[in-house]
Amino acid sequence: MIVSLEWLKDYTDINVSPEEFCDRMIMSGSNLETMELAGTDMENVVVGKILKIEKHPNADKLVVCKVDTGKADPLQIVTGAPNVYEGAYVPVALDGSRIPGPLHGQPKKEGGVKIEAGELRGVRSEGMLCSFGELGFADKVVPVNQREGIWILNGEYTPGEDFVKALELKDAIIDFEITPNRPDCLSMVGMAREAAATFDEKVKHPDTGCVHEEGNAADYISVEIKSDLCKRYIARIVKDVKVEDSPWWLQRRLIHAGMRPINNIVDITNFVMLEYGQPLHAFDINSVEGRKIIVDTACEGEKFTTLDGSERTLDDKMLMIHDAEKSIAVAGVMGGLNSEIENDTQTIIIESANFLGNSVRTTAKRLGLRTEASSRYEKGIDPNLCKDAADRVCHLIELIGAGKVVAGSVDVYPSPEKPKTVHGRVSRINNVLGVEISREQMVRYFESLEMQVEGEGDDLYVTAPTVRQDIEIEEDLIEEVARLYGYDRLPVTIPKGNNEASQSYERDVKDLARDTMCAMGANEIQTYSFVSPKGVDNLRIDEDSWERAFVRILNPLGEDTSVMRTVLTPGMLEVLARNFSRNRESVRAFEIGNTFMVNLMDEKDLPVESDAMSIGFYGPEEDFFTLKGAVEELLEKLGIHDVKFVAERNYGTYHPGRCARIMVKETNTSVAGGEDEMTELGIMGEVHPDVCEKYGIGTRCYAAELLFNVITEMADLEKVYRPLPKYPAVTRDIALVVEETMTAGDMEKVIKDAGGELLREVRLFDVYRGPQVGENRKSVAFALTYRHDDRTLTDDDVNKVHSVILDALREKLDVTLRDI
Amino acid sequence: MREKLRNILDESKKQLEKASSLQEAEDIRIKVLGKKGSLTEILRSMGSLTPDERKELGQAANKVRADIEKLLAQTVSSLKEKAKEAKFMAETIDVTEPGKKHVLGTKHPITITIEEISKVFKSMGFSLTEGPEVETVFNNFDALNAGPYHPARDWTDTFYINDQVLLRTQTSPVQVRTLMSQKPPIRVFAPGRCFRCDTPDATHSPMFHQVEGLVVDEGITMADLKGVLDSFAKQMFGPETRTKFRPHHFPFTEPSAEMDVSCFKCGGKGCRVCKGSGWIEILGCGMVHPNVLKVGGVDTEKYTGFAFGMGVERIAMLKYGIDDIRLLYENDMRFIEQFK
Repeated sequence: MIVSLEWLKDYTDINVSPEEFCDRMIMSGSNLETMELAGTDMENVVVGKILKIEKHPNADKLVVCKVDTGKADPLQIVTGAPNVYEGAYVPVALDGSRIPGPLHGQPKKEGGVKIEAGELRGVRSEGMLCSFGELGFADKVVPVNQREGIWILNGEYTPGEDFVKALELKDAIIDFEITPNRPDCLSMVGMAREAAATFDEKVKHPDTGCVHEEGNAADYISVEIKSDLCKRYIARIVKDVKVEDSPWWLQRRLIHAGMRPINNIVDITNFVMLEYGQPLHAFDINSVEGRKIIVDTACEGEKFTTLDGSERTLDDKMLMIHDAEKSIAVAGVMGGLNSEIENDTQTIIIESANFLGNSVRTTAKRLGLRTEASSRYEKGIDPNLCKDAADRVCHLIELIGAGKVVAGSVDVYPSPEKPKTVHGRVSRINNVLGVEISREQMVRYFESLEMQVEGEGDDLYVTAPTVRQDIEIEEDLIEEVARLYGYDRLPVTIPKGNNEASQSYERDVKDLARDTMCAMGANEIQTYSFVSPKGVDNLRIDEDSWERAFVRILNPLGEDTSVMRTVLTPGMLEVLARNFSRNRESVRAFEIGNTFMVNLMDEKDLPVESDAMSIGFYGPEEDFFTLKGAVEELLEKLGIHDVKFVAERNYGTYHPGRCARIMVKETNTSVAGGEDEMTELGIMGEVHPDVCEKYGIGTRCYAAELLFNVITEMADLEKVYRPLPKYPAVTRDIALVVEETMTAGDMEKVIKDAGGELLREVRLFDVYRGPQVGENRKSVAFALTYRHDDRTLTDDDVNKVHSVILDALREKLDVTLRDI
Repeated sequence: MREKLRNILDESKKQLEKASSLQEAEDIRIKVLGKKGSLTEILRSMGSLTPDERKELGQAANKVRADIEKLLAQTVSSLKEKAKEAKFMAETIDVTEPGKKHVLGTKHPITITIEEISKVFKSMGFSLTEGPEVETVFNNFDALNAGPYHPARDWTDTFYINDQVLLRTQTSPVQVRTLMSQKPPIRVFAPGRCFRCDTPDATHSPMFHQVEGLVVDEGITMADLKGVLDSFAKQMFGPETRTKFRPHHFPFTEPSAEMDVSCFKCGGKGCRVCKGSGWIEILGCGMVHPNVLKVGGVDTEKYTGFAFGMGVERIAMLKYGIDDIRLLYENDMRFIEQFK
C-alpha cells in the first residue's frame, strides 16, 4: 500500500517526521517496504509562463521561447517540444539548477542532472523547459496527454514561484507491506486508523455529503441482484457530466500513489478507491439498455469485449453486470467497451458494489485479467463501505464541478453485514503476553482502533468496525493489545520447565556418517530433491526397474525438476561433471538425502520417503578400491561388520567388470546350518563409460548409491570393550596361484571356513601377475593370523590348522601354493 | 709403580681428550682397562708386593681406574652428543617447504548452518525432530489455519503431487505432526527442506531449508518467546546482538511477529548487508494459534505455546556473505571447501 504522507494528513493529525512516523508504524504492525522523500530531488526549478514563441533560425525542429520566470526580463529558452504554446505555464529549470532526470532519450543518472545555460544551434538558451519524465516521474503515472513534450501545467500560477512549492510536490511516499489479514489497510482511511491508534489521535473521516442534489436516482435506474456472489450493489446518478482533466491536487495524489490520472470521473473513482479500498465503476447511462442493472452470472461460452479491447470468452461461474439486454461489465474485474465513459457522456451511473472475493479471484484468473479492482475484491472488502464510497464520489464530483449529483441512491443489500462482538479476558490477555496491562489501558487501545468495548471486570466485549474482518477470536484481541502496547515493551523471559534435548537415532547415524565421510576427504554436496526423469535414462537403468517409480510433480518449473528423486546418483554425477568441466583435477563428494517412491498401497497417499547416500570419486589417485575402502571404513564406523562385495555385471550404470553389490549378513535371521540371509546396503562401481559420456565426465569416475535407511537399521553405535589379547599371535603368509577369474572373496571364504576359531584374521596383501605364474593366472598372497585366547600357540598347533586350510584350498579350489 | 700409575692416568687423559670417535674411545678403554690393558697389567703385577704395599698401591690403582672410567664416560657421552649434533645438522630440513597434504572434507554450508542452529536450540532443551518433504495438503495448510483461498495454496506458488499431496512449502507441518503425536510439554525444533514455485535467481531457489520451532506448555507467554529467540540470536550472531520484534501475520500464530537482529556486520550503524537500516530480518514467530493447537487435541485454555521458523539459506548467506543462493546448489568444490 503506497501512502502519501501529505494525503494521509487529511484523515488524521501527524506531527512527527516521516522517519519517526515509519518507525512507529512498523512497531504497531505496518511493516515498511520503502520510504521515499518526493520533491527533494530538484533545485532551482520554477514555474514559467511562455510569453512568446519564435522559430529557431538554424533548426526546423526547435523553437525559441521567451519565458516569464518572475524576473524583470524574460528568459530565452530553446526547446524542441512540439506542445508548447504562448500563455502556457511550464516548469523551468534555471541556469545552475538540478533535476532528477533522465533527460529525454537518455538513461537515468544517479544524483540527477545539472542544467546550465548554453547555446543550442547558435541561439542562447538560459535554462530548460521540463517534461514530467525529466522531473523524475515514472512513465506509468504521467497523464496520457502529457507523455510527449513539455509538462503543461493545469490552471494558473505565479511565474518564478519555486516549482516544488507551487505544485506541492514535497511529500513522503511510503510503501507499507500489508499482510493478507488486513485488507482494510489497503486504503487511506484504513491507514489513517492505524496511524491514529499508533499516535493516539482521532480519525477524520472523509466528507460524503452533497450540497445541491435534485431528482431521484431511482427514476433513472433499477438494480436487481440475481446471484449470491454479489452481496451489495449501489447505483448513484450524476448528470450534466463534464469529462475533462482533474485539478492538479487530485492528479498529484493519484501520481504520488502510483496511478496515472485519466480524466476527472475516472480519477475520482480511483481516488475514492484509494481512500476506502472500495473499487468503483462508472457507466454511461445511455449504453445501459432498459435503464436496468442486473447482476448475474454469464452464459457459458458467452463472448464479451472488455475495456482494454480484448474479446473474452466467459463461463457460467463468472459474475457479470448486465443491462436489460446484454452484458456490460465483468463484475469486480473490468468494465465493457460497450459502456465506457466517452468525452460526450452526459449522465453516468456510479457503481459501488460488493462481489464475493473468491468469485472475483476465480474469474480474474480464468480470464487472465488481474486488475486493481479485482485484486482488492479478492482480499475481501467490507460491504458496508459501498455507501460511503458512492457518496464520496458524488461529493467530489460536485466539489470539482464535474457534474450534477442526482439525489438518492439505488441500494440493494439483501443481508447487511453486522459488526461482530468478541469476548476477551483481561487476565488471559496478560497471561499470554506475560505482562500486567490494566483494563483501562486495553480499553483505550481498542477505542483508538474505533472498536467499542463493553463488559466489566475481567470481561471485555469488543465490537470492531466491520472493516476489521480479522477480529474474530480472543487471540485477535490479544494481538491488538500487544502491538499497541509495543512488542518491544514486553518482558524477556525464559520458559520454565526442564526439557532434556534429544535427537533421533537416525539423525545420530547421519551425523556420524557425515563426519566420517569428511574425515576421509569427501565434501558434502546438496542437490535438489526434484530431478529430471531423464536421469535414470542417463544412468542406463532398466525399463521396469524401481528407480523409475517416480513421484511426479503436477506443476513443475520444468522437465528438469519434474519428478522426485528415487536415487541420488544422477545429482552426484551432475556435480562431478560440473566440477570436471571447471577443470577440477579430483573430487571426493557425498550426499545424504531423501529419496521418494510412489506408495504402491495408495498412490494418493504420501509417497515412501527413504534416506539415501551417494558417494562419488574421480581423480588420478582414485580407483574402484579407494571408493571401496571408503565404503568399508564408513560401514565399520557405523558398526556394520562382515560386509561382502558381490560382483554385479548387469547394472547399467556401472562398468560390468567393476561393479559390486554391497551386502551384509542379516543379524537376526540367520538360520542354523543354512546360508546366511544377506541384506543389500547398496551398489558401487566404476561408472560406465557411456554414462560418463552422457554427463560429460571425461575421466574414470567411481560412484556408490547406499540405502541409508537400511544402513541405519543395521548400524550399531554401541561400543563394547574386548580385552586385549594376552598371548601372542602367529602369522603365516601363503601365496596362491590361481586362474585370473578366481575371486579373492572365494579364496578368503575357503580359508575362513577351514580356519576354525584359531584363525583370527585373513588379510590379502599382494596380487602378482607375471611370467612366473603364467598367462591368465595370478598369485594372491594372504597373511593368516592365528591366536589362542588362553595360551601361547605352539608350532604344532598352528601347523595343524594351517595344513587343514591348505588342504581345503587345494580340494575346493584349483590353486597351486607358491613359496614365499 | 706410582709413577707408572700417574703416567697411565695422564696418558689416558691426554688420549681421551684427543679421541674423536666412539671407536677411538673404546680402543683407549681396551688399551688401558682391557684384559691386556696397561692398568690391568699393573694390578696383575702387584702379587710381588707386600700386603701393605699392595693395599696402598691397590687403592691408588683403583682410584686411577675410577678416574679413567669417569673420564671415559664423559668422553663417550660428549662424543655421542657430538655425533647426534652432526646427524641433526646433516638431517636439517627446510621447514618452510609446504606440508604434505592431509585432505579433510567439509560439510555443506547449509548442513553447517543447521548444525549451528541445532546446537543453540539443543542447549535450550529443544529436541530435534523431522518430517517428510512430501506432505499432505492438510498438514501443510489446513491444519495450520490457512484459509481455503490462502494465496500460498495456488498452483503458481506450491508444487503439487495430487490434490491432497504437495511438496511442503514450510517446515511448519512438523508442528502439526508433533502436536498430533506428543502431549505437552513440547519443546522441539525441526530442520528440513522446503519447496516453492520460484524460478532460481540470485535470491530465489525452488528448494530451500527452514528450521521450525515449537514450544507448548502451561503458562508459556509471548515474553518467553522473546526470551528464547533473543537468546538464540545472541548465541548465533554474538553476545552483543540486539533483537527487535515487529508485529506481522501468519495464519498459524496469533499474535505473530517477525524478529530482526542488529546487523552483525556493522553492529547496527547501517551498511550494505542491512541495506542501511541496521537491522536484518531473521525469522517469523508468534503464539501458536488456538486452531492449530486444537488439531492436536490440546486444551487451549490450559496450554499456550509459541512457534518460529527461519530460513537457513538466508542465515547462511548473511553469515558467510554469499551473494547468490544458486551457489549453494551448484556444489562447486571450490565453493564448499571455503567452509572447512
